[in-house]
Amino acid sequence: MADHLKKAGNKQVHPLDDMVRRDRMPHIWCPGCGIGTVFSACLTAIKSSGIDLDKVVMVSGIGCSGRAAGYTNLDSFHTTHGRAIPFATGVKLANPELKVIVFSGDGDLFAIGGNHFIHAARRNIDITVVCVNNLNYGMTGGQAAATTPEGSLTTTTPLGNPERPFNLPLLAYAAGAAYVARWTMLHIQDLTESIKEAMVKPGFAFIEALSPCPVNYGRRNKEKPLDTLTMYRDKTIIKNGASPLELDVDSRKSIILGKFVDIQKPTFFELYEKIYRPAE
Amino acid sequence: MKPALLTGKHYITGDVACAEGALAAGCRFFGGYPITPATEIAEHMAERLPGVGGLFIQMEDEIAAMASVLGASWAGKKSMTATSGPGFSLMMENIGLGVSTETPCVVVNVQRGGPSTGLPTQVAQGDMMQARWGSHGHYAIIALSPSSPQELFYQTIRAFNLSEKYRTPVLIMTDEVIGHMSERVEIPEAGKIEVFSRNKPRGRRDRFRLFSPVENGVAPMPAAGDGYRIHVTGLTHDERGYPDLTVDAQANMVGRIVGKIQNHLDDIIQTESYRMQDAEIVLISYGVSGRTALAAVDMARSQGIKAGLLRLLTVWPFPEAMIRSLAGRVKGFVTVEINLGQIHLEVERCAAGRTPAFLVGHAGGTLISPQRVVERIKEAF
Ligand SMILES: Cc1ncc(C[n+]2csc(CCOP(=O)(O)OP(=O)(O)O)c2C)c(N)n1
Ligand code: SF4
Ligand SMILES: [Mg+2]
Repeated sequence: MADHLKKAGNKQVHPLDDMVRRDRMPHIWCPGCGIGTVFSACLTAIKSSGIDLDKVVMVSGIGCSGRAAGYTNLDSFHTTHGRAIPFATGVKLANPELKVIVFSGDGDLFAIGGNHFIHAARRNIDITVVCVNNLNYGMTGGQAAATTPEGSLTTTTPLGNPERPFNLPLLAYAAGAAYVARWTMLHIQDLTESIKEAMVKPGFAFIEALSPCPVNYGRRNKEKPLDTLTMYRDKTIIKNGASPLELDVDSRKSIILGKFVDIQKPTFFELYEKIYRPAE
Repeated sequence: MKPALLTGKHYITGDVACAEGALAAGCRFFGGYPITPATEIAEHMAERLPGVGGLFIQMEDEIAAMASVLGASWAGKKSMTATSGPGFSLMMENIGLGVSTETPCVVVNVQRGGPSTGLPTQVAQGDMMQARWGSHGHYAIIALSPSSPQELFYQTIRAFNLSEKYRTPVLIMTDEVIGHMSERVEIPEAGKIEVFSRNKPRGRRDRFRLFSPVENGVAPMPAAGDGYRIHVTGLTHDERGYPDLTVDAQANMVGRIVGKIQNHLDDIIQTESYRMQDAEIVLISYGVSGRTALAAVDMARSQGIKAGLLRLLTVWPFPEAMIRSLAGRVKGFVTVEINLGQIHLEVERCAAGRTPAFLVGHAGGTLISPQRVVERIKEAF
């Protein structure tokens, strides 16, 4: 039995048991999917941050990744496709005491929701955005996303993707995010630390978590589940502070991981208070 | 800083009266996006909200505005947005999320001519069916339509009260003329304004069910952060709020969303009758056209025609029973509205062939003249 499973009488208790809605299990994620691992990292980060769990809110959009909100035992919102960030913006600004985490997929956050992402980053809304980047639309059966690498096969790019993908950390940096990091779901420790660090830090934080979708993306691109993980281990390099310009995901070169941006600047709410309610 | 309630007499536009009504009702969050002829509501809220402990944000589009309003409502604030046709179209998906998740909030549509960019600065009432059915799926909605800035002030308060009471988005379907016209608006003292706020749950948290009706057909509503650890989803859900993608759960959920409105029609529907006692020709109208119809009634009466007016302050749910009870008893229905027949279709449906129903309308851009209404009455009857 794995270390993290403790025996309590006959019942096995997982250290994150209190963080999930047990009555919603089993979850919908496929065997070999990486979302669950990113989700666990996120829950571990929340738990170890010491923040009062009653004050933590998770908001998701729509997609396999977007189902996360439904499984966490926090105040949680499963919204519309692409709109988790503006929904979260409303939650946060209406009650700044709350810690708000957006957990969603690459399609949700960067195709249909791309506009909201850049504006929340620009405004420096104090939320943490965790993106499960599986390079495609998992939920709808493996169509091309704004993150699908050039040439990759998806159901809507049957002969290869003619588009180039976003470099997500560069986009976040350019839009004004206060914190930007990228890990893979294999780098659980770093990923967890990053999410935790991002949560306690004021400002718009973005964490990209590369994660396999063996069922829809892997299968079409001749990547067995293990191949993707091997690639995450062998074809990535950790380079904290790397220039966002060199962070594109391209199969011809190594993928750079690390923390790239960590700056201090006033949030939207701080500026709003300062300008509109100076006396208080 | 000005207080939240500006008791006194004012000479203001409908848009400003709407914003003041929202503040009087306790609105403390506005997420908006500029669009003629609704922009002044946002501008006024931007100026007023910080001074009363609220917050204004101009979002990147109306999709975001509507999403932010829902989020703010779940964080415990009375929230609203205001827009016009193009923005109203963009809000539709999230209005549906609000309906499904039973989220109190107010959406104002200051109507202008459409379709598309249409007539940005000119009046129309062409979004009435969109208000009813604009988001996908079958549901029920509340929509109000005031005929003056003063009424817009009161109806905005009422919109908040209804939204809080029935846990639903409430639409205010006003129009360019009411939004932009200036008239005397009297704001009463606090004690004279009835303000309703959502019921909050009490008792054991582990037993609480977010969608299990207790009063008014709805469950009490905690805010995020209250410790209830709620889950809210736009997927079809059970009474706990958990996704349940079955035929039964769908029937229950949609049935409840429709039922909470259908079972409280007396409380929700407000109409005003004018010279109706002996009326043979019944005009039906709302919003700015309600003023046209009112003038037309007097004009017709002066020519010996027994006309009366049923003015709809609540347009949705439609005052079906009222029209049905008049059908067969009166000589004719004439719906006056600035479109080519939307509420008219409802009137026709409820008249059920027992009383002829006519429309006086046009595609938008200007008001309907009372003369045209009277001419049509003379032509038809
Ligand atoms: C407005 C709208 N358009 C399309 C869809 C269909 N849809 C559901 S999930 C999804 C893509 C999700 O992709 P991603 O965010 O990458 O999540 P993943 O499933 O890969 O985790 C789409 C297009 C929808 N639900 N709503
Ligand atoms: S379709 Fe892909 S992303 Fe979705 S659960 Fe399955 S493996 Fe994961
Ligand atoms: Mg994806």
